Amino acid sequence: MPHELIRLGAALLLATAARPAAAERILVSNEKDNTITVLDAATLAVTKTVPVGARPRGIVLSKDGKSLFICTSDADHIEVLDLDSLAVTRTLPSGPDPELFTLSPDGTTLYVSNENDNMVSVLNVETGRIASEIAVGVEPEGMGISPDGKILVNTSETTSMAHFIDTETHKVIANVLVDSRPRVAKWTSDAKQIWVSAEVGGTISVIDAESHKISHKIRFEIPGVPTESIQAVGIALTPDGSRAFVALGPANRVAVIDTASFAVEKYLLVGQRVWNLAFSGDGKRLYTTNGVSNDMSVIDVEALKVVKSVPVGRSPWGVVAAS
Amino acid sequence: MVCAALLLLTTPAPAADTPVDIAYLALGLPRSLPQSYLDQPPLDEGLQGARLGLADDATTGTFVQQTYHLEEAVEPDAESVLAAFQRLRRAGYRNFVIDLPAALLLKVADLAEAKDATLLDATSTDDGLRAEGCRRNVLHLLPSRAMLADALMQYLTVKKWQRILLVSGPDPEDRAYAEALRRSAHKFQIRIVEDKPWTYDPGARRTDTGHYTIEAEVARFTQGISYDVLVVADEAGNFGDDLSYRTSDPRPVAGTQGLVPGAWARAFEQWGGTQLQNRFLKQAGRWMTERDYGAWMAMRAFGEAALRSASADPAVMSAFLRSPSFELAAFKGARLSFREWDGQLRQPVLLADARSLVSVSPQPGFLHEFSELDTLGIDRPETSCHMN
Repeated sequence: MPHELIRLGAALLLATAARPAAAERILVSNEKDNTITVLDAATLAVTKTVPVGARPRGIVLSKDGKSLFICTSDADHIEVLDLDSLAVTRTLPSGPDPELFTLSPDGTTLYVSNENDNMVSVLNVETGRIASEIAVGVEPEGMGISPDGKILVNTSETTSMAHFIDTETHKVIANVLVDSRPRVAKWTSDAKQIWVSAEVGGTISVIDAESHKISHKIRFEIPGVPTESIQAVGIALTPDGSRAFVALGPANRVAVIDTASFAVEKYLLVGQRVWNLAFSGDGKRLYTTNGVSNDMSVIDVEALKVVKSVPVGRSPWGVVAAS
Repeated sequence: MVCAALLLLTTPAPAADTPVDIAYLALGLPRSLPQSYLDQPPLDEGLQGARLGLADDATTGTFVQQTYHLEEAVEPDAESVLAAFQRLRRAGYRNFVIDLPAALLLKVADLAEAKDATLLDATSTDDGLRAEGCRRNVLHLLPSRAMLADALMQYLTVKKWQRILLVSGPDPEDRAYAEALRRSAHKFQIRIVEDKPWTYDPGARRTDTGHYTIEAEVARFTQGISYDVLVVADEAGNFGDDLSYRTSDPRPVAGTQGLVPGAWARAFEQWGGTQLQNRFLKQAGRWMTERDYGAWMAMRAFGEAALRSASADPAVMSAFLRSPSFELAAFKGARLSFREWDGQLRQPVLLADARSLVSVSPQPGFLHEFSELDTLGIDRPETSCHMN
């Protein structure tokens, strides 16, 4: 009986804290298990675990929301998971070791970073052909596309740069040196800034989209946590642009940043080695993948509180919400 | 800090085709074969790591109009090493990746021509080079024996395997490794219950049924001793691989064989390490060794210095390597930098066996006032290095 009550209480708490849209699902790629975990966003229960290709990492929804593109890194290609049948229905080519990608705003093109050959592949989603390859720095990683789709920002981990690429000419138009091992690049919704995280540097560089200069550098300090453990990776910017969330890896925390002052407001304790972040469809919740504790933390965005952690597969890497 | 970073970024990139010239100077030793028939030492060890580092630096350089050149000099004896160094200095080289035994490295470092050069010691683990033998113009990439020993002892402390049987070989390198283990055992209150030299010479390796005598010898050697772990010092691999499973009591082996502390391991895949393993394998057609990794780090350190200081001037690069702004990402999940008191690169140390990564030191809970990485090796207060 008390069990039931607690569960009911937890459910109510969750429901009142932030209620996701009906039928919303959360999809998590599990790097070590070669699976995608599907969760019901309302109950946070795992509804299915789908086997996919080897080492799934970056995941992104198609524009119509009907399928999920998966970088299956060790399979050296991209798989397309049909979200109705939850079966892999198509395989798309990539370069060797695809890790992360981004979809053009019109949904026609995937830009893929191939860690093993210093190339960004431009993939036509419809034809399934690689239209072009763009030479970038060593170990391309993060991918951020401008809201109008005209500029792609790619980060290269060993070169430590954010490369600005014109998506029409496929030419690199600017290279911005950031701190060591840049991971994720995210454009602000007003298209004025690009936020780039540096894993080993442990910082965020805020790059001005027009001048290609670093306008702010955000550093993190957490009492009792060795500075080497603070590794900035995933970035999520609220749709209204007021706040940024940054996953800090083995510091096991998500930093909450006021985007007006660039000040860190709060550190939220989540699971171990927090890697990537995704908002729920309504933006009221933030999901985190915790690679070492094999779970996903759920953050109430308004209250800035971690409300739940949910076990998923082994080494969860990417996360998206699909309604 | 922010101002400095901004200043650096607004500094215009160097003019087109500013070459960053680096020389690789090695003594091509005839390598002795280890006792195990497997893993024959490759002839291009170290050099291949430097070449991969060059490729990485050059790719980055294309975005900032910097070009990189690596001049390779692998010499057959000490005399020609010294001559090659002087020749390279006359040709204008001031950035050196060095793969030399400790004594020869010191001879090079003390040449008058070396005064304005930066020597990145890519392969030595010698503690003396980081102590009385330290030099102002030398920085060390690989962890010292003291760091390796501390990495292992921290792990033994965490496991509460606190009584060790120390077995050391007759070579000077073995004696140095054993000495580092003794110092470290004392530091972490690990008890060396017996400290035994290995004197048995198994003779030719490939005699039929030779395993009978080895098994009997190791069982006899370890009989009647109460200990948790057998720690071995055998850097050349002459007998260390013959200890496991043959001891009188069932005890694990660690040190130069068994559970090995080191900068690189074949089984290492974390923090993007797979990518470096893959790139190396593709280039060299073999696995990356520790010496390759040291040379790769040395090349990357020069690359970072040139990139971040936006200069190909060796003096500027040298100053940057030693500045607080320098950080090297070397697939260890941490920022690596040079200790100002002895020129040693501070870094985590892997603990791995032949097939798997077991742990990474510093172990959680070993705290330090400034950097937990400085719980490994010789810390500032204990250093006997007085830069000359």
